[in-house]
Amino acid sequence: MLKALQQLGAWGINLTRSAGRLGLFLLSLLPALPYAIWRVSLLVKQTFNVGTLSLPIIMTAGLFVGMVLGLQGYNVLVDYNSEEAVGTMTALSLLRELGPVVAALLFVGRAGSALTAEIGLMRSTEQLSALEMMAVDPLKFIYAPRFMAVLITLPLLTLIFIALGIWGGWLVAVGWLGVDDGAFWSQMHAHVDWREDVVNGMIKSVAFALLIAVVALFQGSETAPTSEGVSYATTRTVVHGSLGVLGLDFILTALMFN
Amino acid sequence: MGKQAKIEIGVGILVLFSIISLFVIAMKVSNFADMAQDRPTYTLKAHFDNIGGLKVRAPVKLSGVVIGRVASIGVDKSNYRALVTMKIDKAYQLPLDTSASILTSGLLGDQYIGLEPGGDDQYLADEDEIEMTQSALVLENLIGQLMVKLTDSGDKQ
Repeated sequence: MLKALQQLGAWGINLTRSAGRLGLFLLSLLPALPYAIWRVSLLVKQTFNVGTLSLPIIMTAGLFVGMVLGLQGYNVLVDYNSEEAVGTMTALSLLRELGPVVAALLFVGRAGSALTAEIGLMRSTEQLSALEMMAVDPLKFIYAPRFMAVLITLPLLTLIFIALGIWGGWLVAVGWLGVDDGAFWSQMHAHVDWREDVVNGMIKSVAFALLIAVVALFQGSETAPTSEGVSYATTRTVVHGSLGVLGLDFILTALMFN
Repeated sequence: MGKQAKIEIGVGILVLFSIISLFVIAMKVSNFADMAQDRPTYTLKAHFDNIGGLKVRAPVKLSGVVIGRVASIGVDKSNYRALVTMKIDKAYQLPLDTSASILTSGLLGDQYIGLEPGGDDQYLADEDEIEMTQSALVLENLIGQLMVKLTDSGDKQ
């Protein structure tokens, strides 16, 4: 009984401590962020690492998600003789939910985990301390470019995901199942609103990017300097990042679409 | 080709792809292009007894052609009727005795305002009101009327 109470207390103290460390981390990271824009070459390299290298998985996933949506949507809508609406359905579900969320989940797994592992290993091999010894601030030269790169690339990848998804839906619906091409596009055009659907989806994507950047970099900076620590930190990034994205998505959806 | 050049090409591909995607989403998928070309409009008002499920930004149609949008929906406090303001494209001039009715596209579709032009040689100006209006059909009222009719005819026999 007392043991359980002690555990609860330890858990509470740990939680508060890590919340405090997160706050301090963000507070010290914030003034370092402008350096990422000042040192463009570092930012470009990180954009390549987290963005361009994620392109294949994002493009493949987007295409297949769109194709599945087209197929499932067609199967349901054909019963009501309104299979032209499959374009509207594919576009709306991709723009509002699936695009931002699935792209963010893939991004956590592909880029977030890599960032954590990289920074964690830098910590365990004391490269960060070495930088500090040379009077180079790791916040400005390691963390800031990575943070900005995540913030920039995830919305871009989301756009590509959505566009390819809609194309995938078109391939299945028009190319394979014989939905009318003109009706497919005109129905979509009539029902998708720029402000309501596209901009809201992109706001979601930026929010997810912020969350993923904070989680991945903070977990990297928290890594215990052992090989086991790196593996734990990487796992935590993926788990916390994915759950955070899903939770945040519900909150944003409730705020935006009601 | 240096390593830096390869990285820059990679980032270039990413940016190019996302610009193409944004362009497709803006122009082909959503109504961004329609909003961008803001054509000059004038405002018309109309009172309705019941607007049914009419929403802001619902289309205003003349013979099926969209010539404007519903700008706002409210209640006129002086007579407790719904007050709908519409923004109509300046290219379309409507006679003074135009009538407006709230219609539904398809059996379960969205509601829109259908305009029926009259024969007057004077035209409606900005901020004018359409006098003749017909409310949305409310299914419950229709069924109620039908029931009354059926019971009436039953009593007579």
